[in-house]
Amino acid sequence: MTWEWGVIWQYLPRLMDGAWLTMELVLVSGLIGITMAIPLSLMRASSLPWVKVFPFIYIYFFRGTPLLVQIFLVYYGASQFDAVRDSILWPILKQPYWCAIIAFSLNTAAYSAELFRSAIQAIPVGEIEAAEAMGMSKSVQVQRIILPRAFGIALPAYGNEVILMLKGSALASTITLLDLTGMARTIIARTYTPLEMFLAAGMVYLAISAVIIGLFRFMEYRFNRYQYYHHTDTPKNLDPLLRDPHIDQK
Amino acid sequence: MDLQGFGHLLLSGTWVTIQLALTSLLVGLVFGLTGAAAKLSKNRFARWLATGYTTLVRGLPELLLVLTIYFGGSQLLMWIASGFGYDEYIEIGPFVAGVAALSIAFGAYATEVFRMAMMEIPDGQWESGMACGMSTRRTFFRIILPQVWRLAIPGLGNLFQVLLKDTALVSVVGLNDIMRQSQVAISATKEPFTFFLVAACIYLLLTAATTGFTMFMERVANPAARESRG
Amino acid sequence: MMNIRKLFATVALVTGGLMAAQAATAGDKIRIATEGAYSPFNMVDSSGELIGFDVEIAKALCAEMAADCEIVAQDWDGIIPGLRAKKYDAIIASMSITEERMRVVDFSEKYYSNVLAFVTPEGSAVEVTKEGLKGKTVGAQRATIAGQYLEDNLGDVVDVKLYDTQDNAYLDLASGRLDALLSDKFPAYDWLRSDEGKGFAFQGEDIDINDEIGIAVRKGDALKDKFSAAIKAIVADGTYAKINEKYFPFSIY
Repeated sequence: MTWEWGVIWQYLPRLMDGAWLTMELVLVSGLIGITMAIPLSLMRASSLPWVKVFPFIYIYFFRGTPLLVQIFLVYYGASQFDAVRDSILWPILKQPYWCAIIAFSLNTAAYSAELFRSAIQAIPVGEIEAAEAMGMSKSVQVQRIILPRAFGIALPAYGNEVILMLKGSALASTITLLDLTGMARTIIARTYTPLEMFLAAGMVYLAISAVIIGLFRFMEYRFNRYQYYHHTDTPKNLDPLLRDPHIDQK
Repeated sequence: MDLQGFGHLLLSGTWVTIQLALTSLLVGLVFGLTGAAAKLSKNRFARWLATGYTTLVRGLPELLLVLTIYFGGSQLLMWIASGFGYDEYIEIGPFVAGVAALSIAFGAYATEVFRMAMMEIPDGQWESGMACGMSTRRTFFRIILPQVWRLAIPGLGNLFQVLLKDTALVSVVGLNDIMRQSQVAISATKEPFTFFLVAACIYLLLTAATTGFTMFMERVANPAARESRG
Repeated sequence: MMNIRKLFATVALVTGGLMAAQAATAGDKIRIATEGAYSPFNMVDSSGELIGFDVEIAKALCAEMAADCEIVAQDWDGIIPGLRAKKYDAIIASMSITEERMRVVDFSEKYYSNVLAFVTPEGSAVEVTKEGLKGKTVGAQRATIAGQYLEDNLGDVVDVKLYDTQDNAYLDLASGRLDALLSDKFPAYDWLRSDEGKGFAFQGEDIDINDEIGIAVRKGDALKDKFSAAIKAIVADGTYAKINEKYFPFSIY
């Protein structure tokens, strides 16, 4: 086997073009996905059955089927209907870029909604009761207590979801987009160096996921600061009456 | 819904998908158990190797794994084999490439599930096994493994669902699974929405069946809960 | 690690042994491989029989050489490796003669020439010249000569879309996402004649990319010259033209 480092260096700039598209896809669909996930998760956490049922079906469908089917349904499926092809949406649906964004957003919204729901349900009841005791209305509670707390609780798990999204974004290459994987495949069709090019692409994926992990560690630290708060050591000769047992425990 | 005579094609694709998923599950479980054992071992090199494996695989797209093994695998295998003086061609078909890629991915996540489960078992379980005069191996197989299994089943069930959905990726390298067969039907009927929706429903059925099976396994693996009346 | 390497080597040896055994039983028969998934050149009919232009040419060549032949189906990706492993002795599967392949196999003289052609919706106003295609979206299958031609010659002015399969490219042509599709001409001709290809047509001149299709044999195998002579003979005696006529109304030699 001959190993050609040369092709990696030669095509690295094109691979990086692909990497930018990959990151753009993850970022844009991640943002749209979160925006959709918040109302979905609130509905899902509701106690009213007819409010719960729509998000349940939605989440069940998108979590129970492969992303590849979803992306093909949006890209190839939509064009089956003349009504879609004649509609004002066609200029958007015509482009593989937007089809990928739509499919990824719908998919990640389902997974994130489920994460947020379990986070909402993990908020200690006492905190909600306290908010109620303060006379907060339901919507103020959602804004000030439920969402910020749920976000903090869900953050580490959401970080994982973003990594899964990054990995899923490779499917964009199946609908002709030149993301990192698509770019690598196109280069390989010419150079016949699958191992070299896929290795290079893999390294770029690992680097991107390392950055995402780092970013989420940082955000988690900022968001859940209260958990990382360190009290200064209590002076040893402090009057026992002034000791706070909670602080000493930490 | 009118399948225009392509029902049998989708059915045969479903069977291929099931075979692929189950084979990958078996091989992946071996990877997972080995990985967990390596991560918990006293040997630093083994721990390092297992950590490298899980970190790498969990950051790489499954599609990239499938493509790399399918297009680059035989090159790599032949290079290894030539080290042993064997110079003929070694072929890797879509099914083998699929099993390899999916089980490697499954194994990396399963490693964590097994590791967590193994760590949940208190040392006292080992000690009482010894106290009863069992050998280490016997204690592991009779006492530890059944409990690890029970703790790991819910996690493994989730991973299997992920695996099941990832089988669709192998259609990209030409395996005649559900996805591929729906594409064949589509090229004849020109009805992509219909057939991809049917494919989606088949996957939904399969994942639902998996959920049911996981719940059943949880019951089987936990006789204590089954027999208790509470 | 050592054990894994050993395992691989064992597996390799066993498969190698099986292949050798297969080759040994083949005897004096000429075994010919084709793909069986490249309509109308080689495909499988509903009874599982291999049919198509390549298959008929193969049978005509065997008759000409008065040889006993067996035609087998083989996946495209493993088709050259299988030849080298002596699973069969020749490949008649619409294989282009390229320098890459010449390094590992020998080719007979060409038995047809491949050209590329643009397919557009019928009555499309798009002119398939570099100027006419400026800013248009043109598709092709990934890892094919058409795909490479598109990137090399028009990549700077058109939006190139590469598909995993030819069928997906056809779907997008039908949905209107593609203004034109560049493809090998003869399989596209077959598609245009089918129900699915209604409403589409070839546009502009064929692109001759000097792509000759030959029969691949193992390096140094005497079969190469036998095949070349047989091709000349069937072209000369009209057998070739008869087969050609069955598939295409124009000569593809």
